[in-house]
Amino acid sequence: MSRNLNMRKAYGEELVAIGAENQNVVVLEADLGKSTMSIFFQQAYPERFFEMGIAEQDMVSTAAGLAAAGKIPFCSTFAVFMSGRAYDQIRQTVAIGRLNVKLCGSSAGLSDFGDGSTHQAVEDVALMCAIPGMTVLTPCDAADTRRAVRAALNIDGPVYIRVVRNDLPDYTSEAGAALNNIRVIREGGDVAVFAHGSMVSKAVEAAELLSSQGISAKVVSITVMKPFPQNEVLNIAKSVKAVVTAEDHTYIGGLAASVALTLRKSSVPLDYVAIDDVFGQSAHSVEELMVHYGLTAEHIAEKAASLLKNR
Amino acid sequence: MQNSETILKIRRLAAKIRKDIVMMIGCEGQTGHLGGSCSSADIVAALYGHRLRHDPRNPKWEERDRFIYSKGHAAIAQYAALAETGYFPVEELKTVKSLGSRLQGHPDMLKTPGVEAGTGSLGHGLSVSNGMALAMRLDARTGKVFCVIGDGELNEGQIWEAAMTAAYYKLDNLVAIVDRNHLQATGPCAERFGIDPIAEKWRSFGWHVIELDGHDIQAILDAFNEADSISGKPTVLIADTVKGKGISFAENVASFHNGMLTKEQYEIALQELDKELESLVSTESGEMKHE
Repeated sequence: MSRNLNMRKAYGEELVAIGAENQNVVVLEADLGKSTMSIFFQQAYPERFFEMGIAEQDMVSTAAGLAAAGKIPFCSTFAVFMSGRAYDQIRQTVAIGRLNVKLCGSSAGLSDFGDGSTHQAVEDVALMCAIPGMTVLTPCDAADTRRAVRAALNIDGPVYIRVVRNDLPDYTSEAGAALNNIRVIREGGDVAVFAHGSMVSKAVEAAELLSSQGISAKVVSITVMKPFPQNEVLNIAKSVKAVVTAEDHTYIGGLAASVALTLRKSSVPLDYVAIDDVFGQSAHSVEELMVHYGLTAEHIAEKAASLLKNR
Repeated sequence: MQNSETILKIRRLAAKIRKDIVMMIGCEGQTGHLGGSCSSADIVAALYGHRLRHDPRNPKWEERDRFIYSKGHAAIAQYAALAETGYFPVEELKTVKSLGSRLQGHPDMLKTPGVEAGTGSLGHGLSVSNGMALAMRLDARTGKVFCVIGDGELNEGQIWEAAMTAAYYKLDNLVAIVDRNHLQATGPCAERFGIDPIAEKWRSFGWHVIELDGHDIQAILDAFNEADSISGKPTVLIADTVKGKGISFAENVASFHNGMLTKEQYEIALQELDKELESLVSTESGEMKHE
């Protein structure tokens, strides 16, 4: 890790890359292309870019029609609108028809800090995971976002990609081309911290804190939330003494819930760091919000240390 | 003008569709969407029986026209048309809504040959049709997309989003047909939501509008031909229809939106439709006996 990169920029650039390789790739946007960065595709391939106005429901159903006629549409808007406003369209037409529509939920979690609760998707992963047949990808950095876009292209069926607004440390650019279900970001033997998205960097910071207390923490990025990599998670959990999850999402229907389900027959102690059953709010920085809602390295380290102490 | 044999063929198909609809609903306590299926049966017959470029033996033929029943609750009319034109055996219609059947309560593109998209949550189908029309244009295909919408369905805001999209993208390879049967699930459209004036609304959204009698086959075919002559904008047919058309006791009765048939009603309906079918025989001169 040496530099911070932007996932949204990676999303837009990778769309252009796959658009060059595959003429069936089309992109739809709901008047937020300058934010989601789908504007890069509009500039590169205007004839395959469809501005759909501030009409997310129409955008998703139109994408369904394009997919039914053989295109591979990528739609983007803020995660809160993609997963919420267009939920019925995603469920009824895209998912029941197993149509090849790719949905990018941008500025997810608390990352749209200033806009407040209406713009902060704290339940999008739960909503999308609840839909039968949906693939849900939660990359942790720019390089993994590129892999997620490419993986989505190659998956035959609906895919939701969760993208965070702020710049994030680069952990995976040196890794191979494939999108792995999970990626070990840091090795460790006492506790495993499973995280996705922006919480991966918090988990790495937590591992540093734990190291100073003599605790060795393994940090694992979960890139595929659905289908959830149960075996891989279980194998790692069995190799440590405790497990902590960390997500920029409520604890309901997200990573904490999936890991708990995975460990249901295991005796490994588990705790989680997530947003409570509450909405977000405005703040002047995402860091301020993450402190307020308990999404910090200190919280992760504290939960890990406590689990090990009480074992 | 179409020749009278063509009209006769379409009318016979429409009568068969209505008969199939009645038989699919049956008289053993099952409910079915009789009203809106029968109101759009002539439009469906005109499409499947004549206008649509399609191949029942090759439902995925790339040069085909597309038919989207945005008012998916009328699926049984489409199933009848698909069966009668050879997509699957007419016998299979009996399985509708049975566990494991390819014929679901609402259209399912993965299960039923010839169904192009899942519909049922109202308001989606026109957007889906737009997407297909855009894809066909990108691929330089000459096919058209025909999308049947309910008048009650015009309550859905997404219809008007899609109306803007189609006009903005100048989708002249798209024809929407509003089945203007004046009744929605629980009563008259006029007493539920402000959908009038319908034609003016579509016109102001940038569409070419044709108003017609949705049970006049010649008028339906003429409207499709008129739509072919329009370039640079989508066309909508406002087809004035009668809910429950063709079945005397069900005409204009809202409770047959999704109702049951008694044994007596079932038999009356079949008798009426048999009589209609018998009247629609061609004569040597090609003239219709009927009317």
